[in-house]
Amino acid sequence: MAAALNIQKGTSKHSAYDLRDPNSDVIERHTLAVIVDNEPGVLARVIGLFSGRGYNIDSLTVAEVDHTGHMSRITIVTAGTPAVIEQIKAQLGRIVPVHEVHDLTVEGPSVERELALFKVAGAGEKRVEALRLADIFRANVVDSTLESFVFEITGTPQKIDAFAELMRPLGLVEMARTGIAALSRGA
Amino acid sequence: MTQMTGAMMVVQALRDQGVEVIFGYPGGAVLPIYDELFQQNDIQHVLVRHEQGAVHMAEGYARSTGKPGVVLVTSGPGATNAVTGITDALMDSIPLVVLTGQVPTFMVGNDAFQEADTIGITRPCTKHNWLVKETDRLAQTIHQAFHVATTGRPGPVLVDIPKDVQFATGTYVAPRAAGNAHYQPQVKGDREMITRLVEAMETAERPVFYTGGGVINSGDAATQLLRELVEATGFPITSTLMGLGAYPASGKNWLGMLGMHGLYEANLAMHDCDLMINIGARFDDRITGRVADFSPSSRKAHIDIDPSSINKTIRVDMPIIGDVTHVLEDMLRIWKSRGRKVNKEGLARWWAQIEDWKKVECLRYRNSDTVIKPQYALQRLEALTKHRADRYICTEVGQHQMWAAQFLGFEAPNRWMTSGGLGTMGYGLPASIGVQIAHPEALVLNVAGEGSWLMNMQEMGTAIQYRAPVKQFILNNERLGMVRQWQSLLHGNRFSHSWSEALPDFVKLAEAFGCKGIRCSDPADLDDAIAEMLAYDGPVIFDCLVEKHEDCFPMIPSGRAHNDMLLAADAEAFKQGAALV
Repeated sequence: MAAALNIQKGTSKHSAYDLRDPNSDVIERHTLAVIVDNEPGVLARVIGLFSGRGYNIDSLTVAEVDHTGHMSRITIVTAGTPAVIEQIKAQLGRIVPVHEVHDLTVEGPSVERELALFKVAGAGEKRVEALRLADIFRANVVDSTLESFVFEITGTPQKIDAFAELMRPLGLVEMARTGIAALSRGA
Repeated sequence: MTQMTGAMMVVQALRDQGVEVIFGYPGGAVLPIYDELFQQNDIQHVLVRHEQGAVHMAEGYARSTGKPGVVLVTSGPGATNAVTGITDALMDSIPLVVLTGQVPTFMVGNDAFQEADTIGITRPCTKHNWLVKETDRLAQTIHQAFHVATTGRPGPVLVDIPKDVQFATGTYVAPRAAGNAHYQPQVKGDREMITRLVEAMETAERPVFYTGGGVINSGDAATQLLRELVEATGFPITSTLMGLGAYPASGKNWLGMLGMHGLYEANLAMHDCDLMINIGARFDDRITGRVADFSPSSRKAHIDIDPSSINKTIRVDMPIIGDVTHVLEDMLRIWKSRGRKVNKEGLARWWAQIEDWKKVECLRYRNSDTVIKPQYALQRLEALTKHRADRYICTEVGQHQMWAAQFLGFEAPNRWMTSGGLGTMGYGLPASIGVQIAHPEALVLNVAGEGSWLMNMQEMGTAIQYRAPVKQFILNNERLGMVRQWQSLLHGNRFSHSWSEALPDFVKLAEAFGCKGIRCSDPADLDDAIAEMLAYDGPVIFDCLVEKHEDCFPMIPSGRAHNDMLLAADAEAFKQGAALV
């Protein structure tokens, strides 16, 4: 956790938000990490907040990260004006099983990664080209038949988008993406 | 380690939480709990006539005592009937603990008889809710429920208890062992920000306190501190509907309620001030009107325990997150230590301006010798009851509610129970019963409209059964008055379905329920009729037949600015203008 910039539950005191124009109507993309008790319905509370109040969810991932403390980490990518983003964080903070809300976009540098699986079917030159591009993108082949591959690729959403664009003319059949997992850089 | 059944745990947990009264309705999925209630005398159970009534009674109980209200209902329809009341409590920040029965855990998800996804349905309308799947966790969960309901910004919580969990035996834990460490909202405000606010108060030329329900929720100490602060600074003060009574209506700095039907002087003070100090209110849309034109030249401070209220609709310059009592304590201490400064000349000019606005006499109405004006009825009610320090007023929702807020004076907190945020018709009658149960000797009045009152009139049965001598003061205009008013002002006088041709005879209805009915239609008889109501030792349904077409003014039409108020005299011109839009 980025201790120095940690946004305490229920405050926006240490937010770097003050450095930005609060009245801007520019839509910003923010990655939020929400630490919650892993109890039944907690994800429904978070999703219900977004749908009930009309906020956007561009990506959402969730898994238990602390098995002894039963804590889960929900990573949400959302978009909105600075005022809406602040409101989203405050609303998340007041959900009872939410322990911490981190805005990774303003709390300093962070890394974001997404995992995707691609099924590409084809033969001949296209098949060879798909394999060559997969190698360039450091995608792994995790399933293969004589007519198809399943590639596994990890990277930023942009990298996965780029790979998808290249696979489309080469016989892309299906893809599955996990959504973003993100952590702040440094200790 | 005490072993007991889940049903016993429920009763024991309520006892350990100091609960004296619960409001409920039995059914299959809560029978084990009802069986335990039968075998004890510590907790009184009030049998309602409809689950919505139970929740509103608990709200009335909670608002008039400052303690959490407790509701016990069965699964399925018991829980869904409670939803309106729970939502009402959420909007108005009323602490409630709602216990619902649920079908046995092994039946959950099978579309069992009287099964509903209570947790799913109530998730967005509770502060938090829990489904208890193991008896060993039941006591702890109920204790946590009380903690969450009453800590931070209060609100309703719900505990869903499957029937097999009630039957099974487990280990009871006492409140202290329940572990509430995680949910501890911040109560102390930021000192630097409070100091900035005090600095602003020292120089402000046109300051105004804008207070809300948060002051009342914070407790008696908050009210005392607020009064001290207002008297010491000499600043004018206005309040939302929910905050009435925190500052006394007889106080010399009182401007009256603000908002859509607030007083002219209060709204103009908000619009023209240079320092707005919001204490425990939330810039609701009925307060702000058009946001873009809201108080354009003021610096704004906002004291609120809920961080999500800050900057939600109005951007403020001095956000202070904390409990009103703690923040006001710090404010007063810092202001005193810096020499109790205010801008005396500025304030004198400001008060002169306010006195000018008061000359408009925005509540003036044309009285009549032949028909009772609703405003007159309330003025008489006020005159004949205001000497009672133990007077509690509830309302339903609509014109009568706004007139009550305008014409009745509240001298103390927790004396005014009304549905503010959700605007729930049918709130007042059950709420008045809840208040009376908490204060058996007090004078409890429900100022009602006939439309709202009919929505939960079955609760008169509860009032009779528990000898709750509630006085139902119905301003009967045979219309849905506020709907009619909007149709008149904004929909070309097309009164679509806003009146009822088949109202009951309220006096006979009272007799049918076994209480007293009084009808009054002549202004000359009104005082005697009210005196008769007050003298009667038991519930009264007072059918006050009033002018049918009276509009409630002042009014800020939705989407307009504070300085764009409609007074009674302007209404005709407005209607002609509105027809063009």
